[in-house]
Amino acid sequence: MTTAADKEIRTHAINIDALNRPASQGDIDSEEIALEVSNLNLHYGTAQALYDVNMVIPKNRVTAFIGPSGCGKSTLLRCFNRMNDLVDGCKIDGKIELHGQDIYSKKVNVANLRRRIGMVFQKPNPFPKSVYENVAYGLRIQGVNDKRRLDEAVEKALRGAALWDEMKDRLNDNALGMSGGQQQRLVIARAIAIEPEVMLLDEPASALDPISTLKIEELIYELKQNYTIIIVTHNMQQAARVSDYTAFMYIGKLIEFAGTNKLFTNPAKKQTEDYITGRYG
Amino acid sequence: MKVQDWFKSGNPWIWLNAAAVSASLIMVFGLLGLIMVRGLGFFWPADVQLMDYVDEQGQEVRLMGEIWGEEDVDRETLLENGVKLTSENKFITRYTLKTGNRDVYGADFRLILKPNIKTLESPDNALVVIRREWGNFYGFLDSIKEQGTQLAVSEDALWSELISRTDRVLSLHDQIVDIQKSDIGEINHELEKLRLQKRRYELDNELTSERIAELAAAREVQDALYADVQKRLNDLNLEIIRDSIVVRIADGQTKEIQLDKVVKVYKPNQMSVFSKTGTYFANIWEFVSDEPREANTEGGVFPAIFGTVMMVIIMAILVTPLGVIAAVYLREYAKQGVITRTIRIAVNNLAGVPSIVYGVFGLGFFVYFLGGNIDQLFFSEGLPSPTFGTPGILWSSLTLALLTLPVVIVATEEGLSRIPISIREGSLALGATKFETLWRTILPMSSPAIMTGLILAVARAAGEVAPLMLVGVVKLAPSLPLDGTAPFVHLDRKFMHLGFHIYDVGFQSPNVEAARPLVYATSLLLVLVIIALNIVAIQIRNRLREKYRALES
Repeated sequence: MTTAADKEIRTHAINIDALNRPASQGDIDSEEIALEVSNLNLHYGTAQALYDVNMVIPKNRVTAFIGPSGCGKSTLLRCFNRMNDLVDGCKIDGKIELHGQDIYSKKVNVANLRRRIGMVFQKPNPFPKSVYENVAYGLRIQGVNDKRRLDEAVEKALRGAALWDEMKDRLNDNALGMSGGQQQRLVIARAIAIEPEVMLLDEPASALDPISTLKIEELIYELKQNYTIIIVTHNMQQAARVSDYTAFMYIGKLIEFAGTNKLFTNPAKKQTEDYITGRYG
Repeated sequence: MKVQDWFKSGNPWIWLNAAAVSASLIMVFGLLGLIMVRGLGFFWPADVQLMDYVDEQGQEVRLMGEIWGEEDVDRETLLENGVKLTSENKFITRYTLKTGNRDVYGADFRLILKPNIKTLESPDNALVVIRREWGNFYGFLDSIKEQGTQLAVSEDALWSELISRTDRVLSLHDQIVDIQKSDIGEINHELEKLRLQKRRYELDNELTSERIAELAAAREVQDALYADVQKRLNDLNLEIIRDSIVVRIADGQTKEIQLDKVVKVYKPNQMSVFSKTGTYFANIWEFVSDEPREANTEGGVFPAIFGTVMMVIIMAILVTPLGVIAAVYLREYAKQGVITRTIRIAVNNLAGVPSIVYGVFGLGFFVYFLGGNIDQLFFSEGLPSPTFGTPGILWSSLTLALLTLPVVIVATEEGLSRIPISIREGSLALGATKFETLWRTILPMSSPAIMTGLILAVARAAGEVAPLMLVGVVKLAPSLPLDGTAPFVHLDRKFMHLGFHIYDVGFQSPNVEAARPLVYATSLLLVLVIIALNIVAIQIRNRLREKYRALES
């Protein structure tokens, strides 16, 4: 079911031809905007989790959210694809716009929205199906059952997630038999198979060993050519390595948002400086 | 101090656990062992004993039969009952002798005291005749008669002659049963259809003279067919009563037995261990594949096995979707709160309601209310004789589905709650709706839990008897609920059930002594059927588990 609002969002989104744009200069004003958050407040029951967040997410860039545990970075991330809808008693005020379209509008079809804003979770969560079926899942949901189309999409997604060479002979194996790092890349492949515009990565490497982490980071670097990526991470080195922009959050508030280089070398706020120099958190 | 240490070490509890486990195992194997020994021994073709016996009045008689059991009886008790004894022992062994020949003696069994047996032998040519009526006959083959005249055959050829003639009669009998069941059954079915058609026209006020003529013509066709079948049947009936045998019993009288009433003849005392083993397995096969005879005390239990299995399968087909849908609603869609809690408590309490109460409910609601209304709406031409407004296999399965519903709901809910939230989120994040997530991921992953519920449900349903007596089980069903006449599955029919069969044979039979081994054999069979159904379900579950393994990761 596609509503008029969805169509509008889609036509807006078609012109992704920014593949070969120059690397980010860390200047937010020169970027094309994918998502815009304005005056976002979020309550879990009576407890407030996000306080008046305002920010923009630049298109085809990697934006990292850092901050101590419980600061609301995952909560904010889950607002972008309305995952918080599943939580009982969660109340959201304010606005999030995807290419100018309010995603919390009543007219938006949530399933369609999530097809455009994919998500990868902290722990790899492949379905207990074959590798092939895992990757094809999103397409099958959309009603694609043509074998050739699926084969192509699965190969493309697995290549995109740097998993094709390892997995091309094991497509029918159960995904649960793979290693943690492979599973996480499979989950990324599964997400990019449906070609979303934005990818939300919720601490994608925190459950992995260093080598797998490195692979994921390389993958993120590759993916930003085509996708707008938002990554939540505990690991500041990781944020520094992979992201173009970084947001520092603390107890539900967005403290500072700037180009990664600037934020790590010359933070504007005292709290940010304290955090990145390891004084707390 | 030392004892205290021993307690602290935990050893006593380990011993206690071991003791509890052993006690359970002993009980299970003891139960199985008992019913196996009692039930399986029944099929062995025992030797036939011939004896001279001094009876209670001190008179000498000749008896022949199989010794079925023995027990020690107190001498005093026997003397008080006015029994004349020849032995001085304090305890006297008493045998139960199956003398058969109920039409001669009036009873199948006789209690005899071991000391009063003067001579005991097992004569080679002792004959056992298993009949369709009046039970077994024990004696010696005297002669064979054809059309009432004695055959001039030598002593030696008599036996082989009897065997071949028995085979002939059995094949004729099969043909007759076949004609009665399929040919005549079909004609009756057609005639009944015509009668109902006519009644329907009457009810709809559409019975024109044209239609009357049409129906009458169709009726004539069937009548002609029937006359033809009847003629064939008459011929066969004439054929089958051709032969008879004369058997001399132990005390010298002779008795003529029509061969068409004979199921089997054998001479157990001549048989080797191998041929006895063969007969043993043949008897077991007969027991599981034949229909019962003589008010269920003889013959097989095939209709009961069939009825039990079919009822359980229909129950499973009904209860699974119902239970799963209810559980999915309760767990996934309903807002968790006081109402869902109340519903859960109610569901759990339903599991504790005595099964007979379900039977009463099934009779009142399913049979009389639902069935009655279905008859009014769809089968009004058959009234006043009910179609669905009477106990039948559908209502039995529904009643048991209701009885086992809580088990399936609880197991499914358990399974649904074990699916990690990350899997749900993973599916939703790919743009699946809640229903798609459930259908494509959650339910398949819960299927092992659903199967566990189903296994418990099957185990309970297959063993349940009390409610069935109200909603569909009968002592003797004329036809199976599944057969060759359209629509093949007859859910309105009454059926036989192993559990009820045990009750019926054990408590309602006119010949309790003879039926007792059958009670054990049927019990064993019921246990085996339940085990078989469970093994099938467990195999399916294990397959599903293998497929959706590693949930814990």
